Amino acid sequence: MTFLFSAFVLTLLVVTALAIVRTGNLFVAIMLTGIFSLLMAVIFFLLDAPDVALTEATIGAGISTVLFLGALALTGEHERTGSTNRPLALVVVIATALIVIYATFDKPRFGDPQAPVQQHVAPWYLEHTPESIDIPNSVTAVLGSFRGYDTLGEVFVVFTAGIGVLILLGSAPAMRSGKDRTRPVRSSEGLRHYLIPRVVGRFLIPVILLFGLYVQFHGDYGPGGGFQAGALIAAAFILYALLEGKEQALAVLPRQVLTALMVGGALLYGGVGVASMLLGGNFLDYSVLTSNPITGQHIGLLLIEVGVGATVMGVLLSVFHAFAARGGHEKC
Amino acid sequence: MGVLLDAISWLLLSLGGVFVFIGGLGALRMPNLYTRMHAASLTDTMGAVLIIVGIMLQAGASLAAIKLFAILLFLLLTSPTASNALASAALLAGMRPGEARTEDEEPGK
Repeated sequence: MTFLFSAFVLTLLVVTALAIVRTGNLFVAIMLTGIFSLLMAVIFFLLDAPDVALTEATIGAGISTVLFLGALALTGEHERTGSTNRPLALVVVIATALIVIYATFDKPRFGDPQAPVQQHVAPWYLEHTPESIDIPNSVTAVLGSFRGYDTLGEVFVVFTAGIGVLILLGSAPAMRSGKDRTRPVRSSEGLRHYLIPRVVGRFLIPVILLFGLYVQFHGDYGPGGGFQAGALIAAAFILYALLEGKEQALAVLPRQVLTALMVGGALLYGGVGVASMLLGGNFLDYSVLTSNPITGQHIGLLLIEVGVGATVMGVLLSVFHAFAARGGHEKC
Repeated sequence: MGVLLDAISWLLLSLGGVFVFIGGLGALRMPNLYTRMHAASLTDTMGAVLIIVGIMLQAGASLAAIKLFAILLFLLLTSPTASNALASAALLAGMRPGEARTEDEEPGK
């Protein structure tokens, strides 16, 4: 049954991918990208990876669609029709596809317990999670503690990406007059004239924030963690900005606060590592944080997840506001 | 009791499937954006409600049923709102409900 469903969703995935390539309308392409991410999330869930599925659904289908729309508002809706006939590109794509398909023949069968990936470090992690970290969700244990370096690197990548966008786009509201011609000018800021979305949005935003905090602090016990929670909380604030206007949203969370979240999250993560070094352990070895090593691991995971969430939220909201300040008008 | 619950659950699931199918068909075949949205909203409301209530009966009195109820509540709040926002955006963009435009307009959903 799962096989049948997987095959169905994978077929839909291919259809969506082809549609994205075929369409010349960038707005349609963005919507299809969102659908693609949602299908991807379903596939991750079918593969028993709910943590990844949650990330893909929040970031891929949710936030990145909004950010793409923000980018679209700065450019045009239609793809530039240039040299569509590029035989060399076609040859490269087909050759790469053939190589990848050829490589799949050497891969172990799906779910094979003898596959190298199941034999290498995974059994060790599963075996040592209960005794050395003692949390039910071994994904969070691997992500935060066993492979804490990798996650720290990811946080720095997100942080760097955020800085990069801020440097490229700046936060220059002075650009507004020049850019107005790309979009029809609306008299009101945000969706103030849409009564029903505003009323429902006001009701939903606290619920989304609550769910975001649940995902943040429930990561030790179930799917979730800082990345998903940061995206969810950012989504709540983006919804607020769309409904009430970006000035109102900036009044609630000014740019300085967003930058502080961005920097503070990464600093908190690194700081936990330095603190464990000062207490006599290795970098990011949380066991030395308290006298009881397992409690130390719990505290360390909690702190770094907060750091991850703060950085992701700060970066996403800063990028959104950078786009919004350039575009001058709401996109949705 | 279990058989009865199963029967009701399957009835609801099948009915939900029928509504989703009709909604999909309508979204493909209706002449313009507003009628398409009308058809598509059938999947969001009747389809989703029937299917989720059907799954809730399968789940029984458990945490899963409460979560499904939360999802149902969320869907009932958001999908009519999304339809409303879409329709008023289309109206603002200058699409009149009477016109039959099939070729140059993408289906709204």
